[in-house]
Amino acid sequence: MKKDKLIISKKNFSSRLIVGTGKYKSMHECAKAIKLSGAEIVTVAVRRVNITDKKKPLLMDYIDPKKITYLPNTAGCFNSKEALRTLRLAREIGGWKLVKLEVLGDKKNLFPEMIETLKSTEILTKEGFKVMVYCNDDPLMAKRLENSGACAIMPLAAPIGSGLGIINEINIKIIRKQTKLPLIIDAGLGQASDAAIAMELGCDGVLVNTAIAKAKKPFQMALAFKNAVIAGRQSYLSGRIKKTLYGNPSSPKSGII
Amino acid sequence: MKKKIKIKLNGKLKTINNKSTLFNIVQKNKIPLAKVAIELNQEIVDKKKIKNINLKNNDKIEIVHFIGGG
Repeated sequence: MKKDKLIISKKNFSSRLIVGTGKYKSMHECAKAIKLSGAEIVTVAVRRVNITDKKKPLLMDYIDPKKITYLPNTAGCFNSKEALRTLRLAREIGGWKLVKLEVLGDKKNLFPEMIETLKSTEILTKEGFKVMVYCNDDPLMAKRLENSGACAIMPLAAPIGSGLGIINEINIKIIRKQTKLPLIIDAGLGQASDAAIAMELGCDGVLVNTAIAKAKKPFQMALAFKNAVIAGRQSYLSGRIKKTLYGNPSSPKSGII
Repeated sequence: MKKKIKIKLNGKLKTINNKSTLFNIVQKNKIPLAKVAIELNQEIVDKKKIKNINLKNNDKIEIVHFIGGG
């Protein structure tokens, strides 16, 4: 298991759990949860600096971008223009090229707007960005993203923040079979076992935010997700037994008294 | 009396001295330059050159940084 690394855009990571930094009660809580989760990549949002309250704590003071890979996102963008503007600014902050593209199409269900997502992926890739793409769980769209230059495919398990877990395991399996790109489940997980299932389906990693940040005990949940991702990966690599309709005794049938 | 101009900084209207540079604004607002990106009228600005950028009336400045997000 030692050599089993998550490789994204030629960069190696030991942890397969990516954690979001939103929705925590405080920066302190966020930083501690990330530490416990073992995550080496965290997603971050690009927003206006608070001009009126200069004492507001800065994320970078709590999570060191030299130690943890920041993955700037385009949360809140509803078209390609907004997403491109956001990521170009993110790059300007300090040379971030590995980014998470997320173009939303609907304010209620937060499903990705795939036409705009596809367009943005193509442009960003041409500009030298390494684009990890939040997308729906459609194998055809995943293929098109791959052809557009995405460096990781990140289908949703269920709507962002819903906690429903993986709704369409079949589609995730199909996407797994068709792509060699890192496949990361992004959004919709609710509990640690959801992450284990994602890993057992053959995903390369999971991205979790709300399920940890909004758990009653975020630190404990961060640990639970860490363990679930490791367990799920080990289980996937171990090769599960075939499912059968009838029983098959575990003890020898011979020598029964 | 010095001539004043009006600019928008992160959506907020500000009255500043004519001939102010972008660097003056950054300094005045105690912006940690290494942790932000700056846009002037929707164009990204090279942070190294902000001392040479004079602001005009109705300029729109956006200064962004990273915050928590999923």
